[in-house]
Amino acid sequence: MITVNHVYKSFDQLSVLEDINVTFKDHKTYAIIGSSGSGKSTLLRMLNGLEVPTKGTIDIDGVDIVKHHKQLEKLRPEIGMVFQSFNLFEHKTALENVMFALVKVKKMSENQAKEIAISKLKEVGCDHRLDHYPHTLSGGEKQRVAIARALAMSPSILLFDEPTSALDPEMTVEVLNVIKQVTKKKLTSILVTHEMNFAKEVADVIVYMDKGQIIEVADTTTFFTNTQSERAIQFLNNML
Amino acid sequence: MNIDFSTIVPYIPYIFQGIFVTLQIASVGALFGTILGLGLSFITSKENIFSKIFRFIIDFFRGTPLLFQLALFHYGISQIVSGFVPNVLTSAFIIFSLNSAAYLSEVLRAGIQSIDKGQIEAAVSLGVSKKDIALFIVIPIALKNVLPAIINEFITLTKETSIASFIGVSELMRRYEIVSGTLFRTFEPLLLIGLVYYLMNKVLSLAGKYLEGKLSYDHR
Repeated sequence: MITVNHVYKSFDQLSVLEDINVTFKDHKTYAIIGSSGSGKSTLLRMLNGLEVPTKGTIDIDGVDIVKHHKQLEKLRPEIGMVFQSFNLFEHKTALENVMFALVKVKKMSENQAKEIAISKLKEVGCDHRLDHYPHTLSGGEKQRVAIARALAMSPSILLFDEPTSALDPEMTVEVLNVIKQVTKKKLTSILVTHEMNFAKEVADVIVYMDKGQIIEVADTTTFFTNTQSERAIQFLNNML
Repeated sequence: MNIDFSTIVPYIPYIFQGIFVTLQIASVGALFGTILGLGLSFITSKENIFSKIFRFIIDFFRGTPLLFQLALFHYGISQIVSGFVPNVLTSAFIIFSLNSAAYLSEVLRAGIQSIDKGQIEAAVSLGVSKKDIALFIVIPIALKNVLPAIINEFITLTKETSIASFIGVSELMRRYEIVSGTLFRTFEPLLLIGLVYYLMNKVLSLAGKYLEGKLSYDHR
């Protein structure tokens, strides 16, 4: 379980997050939505320590990751992340990309890592691209390899930072299908997305943010059928 | 015209032995220059008091002539550490290593800064240690990105080893001077060492091209 407690974040003078309080329960799928600049990505990046709050605490399974950096290091393999711009290692093949952390972090043998990597790449439908370097893959393939790379670490939490925003519409579909499969697994998925229909389809809970604040948290059906806040209603009207 | 290449024939083995010395200085300079340069490039990529100090040292090596550095060290050190007279080759090894480290650190720093930060974030989020990120992500990508500039530095370094003749290292240039002093002939031995320098660097640049092709994942 992740508990975010009175978190604030500002870059220099600019306040990005204000008094964020939210709980992410185990094995649920969350979608964080809101217009650009609402602080969604910043919040997500805080959950694995890529951004550090200016104030407040973030507890993951009872460990305050803001205070205890050493323990965050240990937790990191537990928290996978999929980025908007894929961020595959450019000098490694698809297979090597997935194997790398298995060998270096989980200290697996090459053979063991390879076996897991191949099975994960198969799961995302990229096992025909094992020896391909990132730049020879399509955007959709890159993102699916990135998902396989995160999955290979068998994380208990998986963070998706606008995973389809850099993709063409056809590729978006193939990636969303893979993400949909992932969210059915026994892990906590937190997804920052602009794909409203997809959020509606896969998320258990919707977190709506605006101007650095969480405006509304509700289970998906309630959120879309009985939207409470004025700002969320307006946002949905613009999106749908 | 008074050119007679047959006059230098007896001295060819002597001159060619200098190739070994020249290569020794160049390879020590390249090896330690790269290792030190890599360390320096990591330090100067950050902003703190250490990076300021090291940047000043780098500026010194880039801002003064190699000949001056070599002389300052070789002749000066015995005045600082009295009684210590370094071997000429040792002095050359030290100064060429430090000098090429200064240049290579700038090249490598550019390489490190050219890496897309996202790949580093991805490695961090996978729990990869800082050391492994440096060794297996940052350094390989940085080296590959600046390989042509590194080879360029190695070529410059190889040519500049001729400066070591000034303190009496018997590399190619020094041997030319000795031979020309003995024969009272300049043109023939000079042409010979020029050709040797050219061929050495040709091999180096071909090796660089080959390595670039090998490392390029852009065409696979």
